[in-house]
Amino acid sequence: MSRQQLRVKDIGRKTDQLVSIDTSRLPKLPYPYEDWEDPPYPEIPEVKRANKNISLDGILNVPVPEPETEAEKEELVAKFLEGLRKLLTSRNNWTFLKPLMLSLDNCVRCNTCSDACPMFEMSGRVEVYRPLFRSEVLRRIIKKHLTPGGRLTAKFTGADIDLNWDTIARLAQLAYRCTLCRRCAQTCPMGVDNGLIAREIRKLFSQELGIVAPELHVEGTVKQLETGSSTGISPTALMDLFEFMEEDLHDRTGLNIKMPFDKPNADILLIHNAGEFLSWPENIEAFALIFEIAGLNWTLSSEMVGYDSVNYGLFYEDIQLARVTLKHAEVAKKLGVKKVVVAECGHAHKAIMAIGDRVWLDESNIPRESCMVTLEDLIMNEKIMIDPERNNFPVTMHDPCNITRSMGIIEPQRRVIKKICPQFREMTPHGVHNYCCGGGSGFAIMQSNNFPNWRFTVPGRKKFAQILNAFTREELDPSRHKYVCAPCSNCKGQIRDLLNYYDAWDRTHIQYGGLVELIVNAMTDVREGFIEWDEFH
Amino acid sequence: MPLVQILTYVALAIAFIAMLAKALKYFTAPQHLRWELYPVPHEKGRAEYGGSYLEELDWWSKPRRPDLFNEIKEMMQEIFLLKGVYHHNRKVWRFSLPFHLGLYLCIGWLVMLLVGAILELAGIAISASADLLGVLVHYLTVIFGYAGLILSGLGALGLLQWRMSDTNQRPYNAPAEYLNLFVFVAVAAVTLIGQLTADPGFVALRGYTASLASFSRAALPGTLLTVEIVMVSLLIMYIPLTRMSHFVAKYFLYHSVRWNDQPNERGSKLEQSLMKLLQQNVEWKAPHIQTGSRWSEVVKEMKHE
Repeated sequence: MSRQQLRVKDIGRKTDQLVSIDTSRLPKLPYPYEDWEDPPYPEIPEVKRANKNISLDGILNVPVPEPETEAEKEELVAKFLEGLRKLLTSRNNWTFLKPLMLSLDNCVRCNTCSDACPMFEMSGRVEVYRPLFRSEVLRRIIKKHLTPGGRLTAKFTGADIDLNWDTIARLAQLAYRCTLCRRCAQTCPMGVDNGLIAREIRKLFSQELGIVAPELHVEGTVKQLETGSSTGISPTALMDLFEFMEEDLHDRTGLNIKMPFDKPNADILLIHNAGEFLSWPENIEAFALIFEIAGLNWTLSSEMVGYDSVNYGLFYEDIQLARVTLKHAEVAKKLGVKKVVVAECGHAHKAIMAIGDRVWLDESNIPRESCMVTLEDLIMNEKIMIDPERNNFPVTMHDPCNITRSMGIIEPQRRVIKKICPQFREMTPHGVHNYCCGGGSGFAIMQSNNFPNWRFTVPGRKKFAQILNAFTREELDPSRHKYVCAPCSNCKGQIRDLLNYYDAWDRTHIQYGGLVELIVNAMTDVREGFIEWDEFH
Repeated sequence: MPLVQILTYVALAIAFIAMLAKALKYFTAPQHLRWELYPVPHEKGRAEYGGSYLEELDWWSKPRRPDLFNEIKEMMQEIFLLKGVYHHNRKVWRFSLPFHLGLYLCIGWLVMLLVGAILELAGIAISASADLLGVLVHYLTVIFGYAGLILSGLGALGLLQWRMSDTNQRPYNAPAEYLNLFVFVAVAAVTLIGQLTADPGFVALRGYTASLASFSRAALPGTLLTVEIVMVSLLIMYIPLTRMSHFVAKYFLYHSVRWNDQPNERGSKLEQSLMKLLQQNVEWKAPHIQTGSRWSEVVKEMKHE
């Protein structure tokens, strides 16, 4: 079906696949990638696609079932409608009812949101990725099937949509074709939030039908609540990791730094995304080194969930979101800390600080702060000494959406990076108007089937282009050091994967990492060379 | 009482009730979780770059002084200049701005008709040759009326043309959207023609308004003006029943959601309302949820089957 012909009502059309992405038609990348050709997406093996509906775009990241009988399909449609009714009631959805109703009721369909969406743009404007398209499917179902007289007026109000399993199954997939970056909401003249609508659709499917991306639920929040971390690191394994990191820190810096944990009544409980423990231990080591040298009274936690700030509930439902964030509150309360400092993880910032603000109630309401602010205090007030010349290479910074657009934490990290990196330059646009890394809403951890290829070539494409554009042609020469600072674990993972996919280490030698690594690299108390340039990690 | 006059009363009543119902729907919706979106204009000294009070060390220990002046300034720019549309969708802005300004002027025109009617009932003449007050009301009515009708009519026509011609836009337009804009064009055109030909100084219309205000029997001012009154009455009744009354929702979208960065403090009213909400029963039925239990229970215990 050609893109021009596709209409919202086509969502329910009986066809094997509604759209397909032609990777040869994706927008071109800047220097030195003008000649880059993306390979076609890999085929999903029959065994993996069996009994699953991937009829939206052939991409598989959420296992939407494809029942064999019509009766089973009808049952699922009925369940969906039941869930939709709940989504629109105060009792079941007090958490987001007001913003949801406002966003559903008041879109004037001006399509301003479309031009703000990097996914829509970088897909080559595939119609189903238009922010309005997804929201309109939900609106039309509500209008036609849950509004009195809706069927009679459907033609007039534009709510002519077929309610069948294809419609519902594709809507579920559409909810996972948005990174929830909320850039569209920022430009909406009405204030309508298509990102919120996408999240609410995910919630409906998760809380009523149990349909959810496994990386977020079974391998995410469920594992975190049961084992202590979404990475599967148990409190016992954590001890070994602390030991390893102390040794590694000694090897890297020559300093003997102890990782304090479970220290009662400390001023600060520092909480990391546990992905750092496995993928980027140098980030955790850098925090420990900075906090120790600055003489802060701080601690880590080895309690279940207390050492993993991850909360994938933020991306797909409220109940798991609350369960995880309440565990974080419980740990902080038990330790008796004065404040919780959230380390470099964007969605953890939002879950613990913004969402947690109305969930950590009564005695659990312990103050929470962004590490960007804590670090700014240490650097700008010279509580640690810096030699910026050690960071005298081109540096740019990615802004995590959850920290900037959703929380307004923009300048502290900038003041730090400008002070420690003489060749810092911004991406365009940046700050509160940034582009998502393309790994938001849990995409960064979804590594199976053909989804990663889609993630790198469509939602991640804009960020990769932004990174390239932040450096001059001369600087992009592989012989020169350069660094992308991504002060968020999920964004960092996505940028790592992007650089890998686009072969950027060999082609341009762009290194990536967090903010604290740059700080330690410039600290005069530490021997030179904390950032390693000889390999991509 | 003529049917037309009854229709106007009914239209006004329906408009008032529908608008009130809409506002109440949002006003009474439960307290939601934080979901603000930056820039937030009342963030003093930070709004320009999209910053928040969360940028401060130990922010909870410092007084918050929201910049209400900047918030009002932002609102005014949004209401009177359509700042958001200007920045993000210029092709719509060039029609939407005159349309909205025209509507504001039309509201001013209706208000001036009412003011003039009340003054006339009080014995004060309204005309170009009356006393200062009468002259002022006369000219404001004329200026607001014609400018408002022309701007809103042309703006609606432009928006209609945009919706019909933009290939990206067309698949998302419902017939209702075309009708809504067409109704504005038609009402503006009929009213303009009616006034210019039969009542250029709005004298008859003010007389009709005076009858409405005094609940006395109105003398119908000729066929064309009667048609005009019927159309305006129907429009007043129709607007709140459609998305065209989005100004009500926009207030809540901005103040209750987008700019709502109120932190929760221990013992606050906000906290009390949240605790109350947690006592409701959960009806969600996915396997990991204990259906029937309270929110406060469900969020603390994981269901294991």
